[in-house]
Amino acid sequence: MSAIEFEAIAPRRVAPPQPRTAARPRPRAWRVLILVSMAVFYVLPLVCAVKFSLINQKGTYGPQNYTAIVNNGALSDALILSLEIAAITAAVAVLLVFPTTVLVRLKLPKLTVVMEAVTILPIVVPPIVIAAGLLQMKETAPLWVVNTFFNHPLTILTPLYVVLAMPLMYRAIDTGLRAIDLHTLVDASRSLGAGWPTTLWRVVLPNVQTAVLGGMFLTIALCLGEVVIANQLDQSNLTFPLEMIQFASQDNAPGISVAMALVALLFTFLLLFMLSFLARRRGGRTARVV
Amino acid sequence: MTTQSSSHPVDAQLAAPAPLTPAGSGVGVEFKGVQRHFGAVTALQGLDLQIHAGELVALLGPSGCGKTTALRLLAGFDRPDAGAITVGGRDVTKVPAHKRDMGMVFQAYSLFPNMSVRQNVAFGLRMRGRAKADRLTRADELLEMVGLGDAGDRYPYQLSGGQQQRVAIARALAIEPTVLLLDEPLSALDARVRHQLRGEIRQVQQRLGITALFVTHDQSEALSLADRVGVMSSGRLEQIDTPENVYRYPATAFVAEFVGAMNRVGGRIGDDGQVVVLGQRIPPTTPDAYAPGTAVEALLRPEALQVTLDSGGPGEIIERTFLGSSVRLRVSLEDGHELLVEGPSHGAVLPLGARVTLRVVADRVAVTERGAPAPAISPQL
Amino acid sequence: MSAATSPAAPRRRGARRIPLTWLGMLPFLLYMLVFLGAPLYVVVHGALTANGHFTLSNFSAILTQAQYLIPLKNSVILSLWTSLGPAILGLALAAAVVAGPRDGVLRRVVSSASGVFAYFAGAPLAFVWFASLGTLGVITVFFKTTLGYDLAKHFDISSQLGVGICYFYFQIPLMVIFMTPALEGLKPEWEEAARNLGATRRSYIRHVAAPVLAPSFIAAWLILFGSAFSAFATMLALDGCTQVVVPCKIYFEMSNNVLTNSIPFGLALGTEMIAVVGIVMIFYWWVQRRAGRWLR
Repeated sequence: MSAIEFEAIAPRRVAPPQPRTAARPRPRAWRVLILVSMAVFYVLPLVCAVKFSLINQKGTYGPQNYTAIVNNGALSDALILSLEIAAITAAVAVLLVFPTTVLVRLKLPKLTVVMEAVTILPIVVPPIVIAAGLLQMKETAPLWVVNTFFNHPLTILTPLYVVLAMPLMYRAIDTGLRAIDLHTLVDASRSLGAGWPTTLWRVVLPNVQTAVLGGMFLTIALCLGEVVIANQLDQSNLTFPLEMIQFASQDNAPGISVAMALVALLFTFLLLFMLSFLARRRGGRTARVV
Repeated sequence: MTTQSSSHPVDAQLAAPAPLTPAGSGVGVEFKGVQRHFGAVTALQGLDLQIHAGELVALLGPSGCGKTTALRLLAGFDRPDAGAITVGGRDVTKVPAHKRDMGMVFQAYSLFPNMSVRQNVAFGLRMRGRAKADRLTRADELLEMVGLGDAGDRYPYQLSGGQQQRVAIARALAIEPTVLLLDEPLSALDARVRHQLRGEIRQVQQRLGITALFVTHDQSEALSLADRVGVMSSGRLEQIDTPENVYRYPATAFVAEFVGAMNRVGGRIGDDGQVVVLGQRIPPTTPDAYAPGTAVEALLRPEALQVTLDSGGPGEIIERTFLGSSVRLRVSLEDGHELLVEGPSHGAVLPLGARVTLRVVADRVAVTERGAPAPAISPQL
Repeated sequence: MSAATSPAAPRRRGARRIPLTWLGMLPFLLYMLVFLGAPLYVVVHGALTANGHFTLSNFSAILTQAQYLIPLKNSVILSLWTSLGPAILGLALAAAVVAGPRDGVLRRVVSSASGVFAYFAGAPLAFVWFASLGTLGVITVFFKTTLGYDLAKHFDISSQLGVGICYFYFQIPLMVIFMTPALEGLKPEWEEAARNLGATRRSYIRHVAAPVLAPSFIAAWLILFGSAFSAFATMLALDGCTQVVVPCKIYFEMSNNVLTNSIPFGLALGTEMIAVVGIVMIFYWWVQRRAGRWLR
């Protein structure tokens, strides 16, 4: 037993007050009402779609619509094409948005407004107008550009899909960066001798990987569903969503279209669901992905 | 409040103040057996606390001790699981928060951002249906009182932390409450602002005679502001008494060690009932609590010990910290114990490594049974 | 911050630093300029040209002829109710979710779902609804066989009403995404202080919560309006676009150009849409500026 010492009456250093979150113990009636009605609104059509997709062309139940996705040559080609486009789009979008967002948050905070405005544009600018502009550009472009650029869906659609993915990628990454103490992490890394690329790659990125992956998965979802621009520009090799429309309108097999839609939706859900486990394992600081 | 010099005669034990006659506008508050549990965690174990009209009681304790819970129960933001709360004799346990008529000052962030300072202060009056011109005038009066008379048109985001808290105080006082609740109002502020505001809060409270409950984890705040200090730990009120008594005559080992620094020195109860420690005999704070011969630990404040240079002494100064007006020494005894000693810096220089003799200069010493966990050693006052 | 740690450094060093930081913005800005700005520029340029000369005749055509004005009116009306409705519902849903525990199951499910549904507008969404309420849809069939009510006669999924309800599906999550941060920004201290001062929950909402949320709500609603106005994929997927709204008209004009040389009109309509969006963005910027002031 030795003397126990504590600091004398000098006041202890206090951290700034943590913002509290309100805790409401009893769920109120209106909350339940809203949540239940929204749940129905969203689940019901999906259930209908599942049922619809299980009705094959003969009128009975069967998995033919789904097996067609794998068996039908044009369809599986379209799926692979769309996945290729989606993967490249997601990668390019991250490469563009991630360093820029870090830069803005670290050194140019006044440009946050500009970033938000620029990344809202793709939501509000009609894709049909972008498509119209592109058609015009195609008319007036030299032949070599048309051949290398415009005629292949991979080369013409990917860059535009990156633009369309900007809003969701920016929002996801920005949310992720806001949840960590970016300045401190970067300063610590730099003071220990790491250069900028190493800092971004080894320090910042791992701490926002949930957000980045979430953004990438949503980008994939977007690519699997985009039809407006694809419809205008891609006449030869159809993408997955274009085939969806094709089957419904021209081949009179809407069951396949619905099955395709559900496959795309389910694929995205699965990716995000797996991601939420990753988020929880890492401490779940950003439970939110978007 | 600075530590007392050990060379001054020690005051007799100060009695708790008698209930003040209601010269001001405050009323009495009482917690009767109030309990609150959050799942498996007990935030309050059965709180019995009486706050007299016009009194400022500070609840002091580490985080999680229940002080904030008690405050929020009084404010009406939470309901007790058992027990009752009365204000001015009236049972308010079931009264909702917005009908309780108390003023509350929060730690931070509480001003409404969409309203000007004046509108913020007038808000309570607006809820009570006062006419517009009337309440805005009153708001200006209160702003004047807290020294922000010309800030009425500004918005919260334009004010500093200290200014925002002044507005918060004005807003709480605008409704002329009978009870004022303060939830660590100074914790988020700079040290200098904190000291200044501390005194001003006390002045206002005394001038208006409002009953106040002040929650803090800062000892100096509690000791300097309050009429009485309640020290809490793990949902229990360990001691409630004047600041002097809590400091000098802690009722439990927790209080002894939480408030200020405390040395534990082995000793025993002598045949005459006095405590034998460090070669001296000193009366205990609780006579007859322990039988003669019992091995005890004496609880000694650093300023209750005095060292003198003595080449043959049992102690050696192994650490020395100069604090300006005082010097703090860590003295190592032959058996390996280390004691903290604090004294004024204008006396003889006591260098590092010097051999010293220790003397206890308190008139009474609190003791606790050796090896016992943390029992109460005297009945609560 | 490394850039800020040398305040008294020689000015030359500081001057060299600044362009480097801005240089970092270049890839992003250039990319947007080329792939978003260029097509838009081409559209505007083409709208102002006819037979190789600068002209405003295209605009006079689309702003006076009924065949172009009616779609504009329809577009605006459609966008109004498919933005306001989801705005209110989205706010309610976001409020219901935010009121719960921060890391709870509900919050995570809704946030993932919001992400998926908000950006899923397009062909898949159209087909999900087609499968529910289209002529062969499950619900339609159910009504017909079980309740004897021919839904298809009264309700066409590819009509403006049908498509509009479809829009709710992705507009509501979009609203949830935009409003959740704003709702989380409502500090619990405000409500507690209000209650302490005598306000009921309704008074608190009226005097504090609503005014604080209003700018964010309006800003989000504006985005929803723009999103609804520019939406086209659902219509395209459902029925090859037979509706009398502006995007369809553009599609029509751009496709049938062989016969009627109506490309310039298509481009003029495109410019008109850009103009509407531009107005929306200006309002958005103005509202955001006001919102940012109160809440640091």
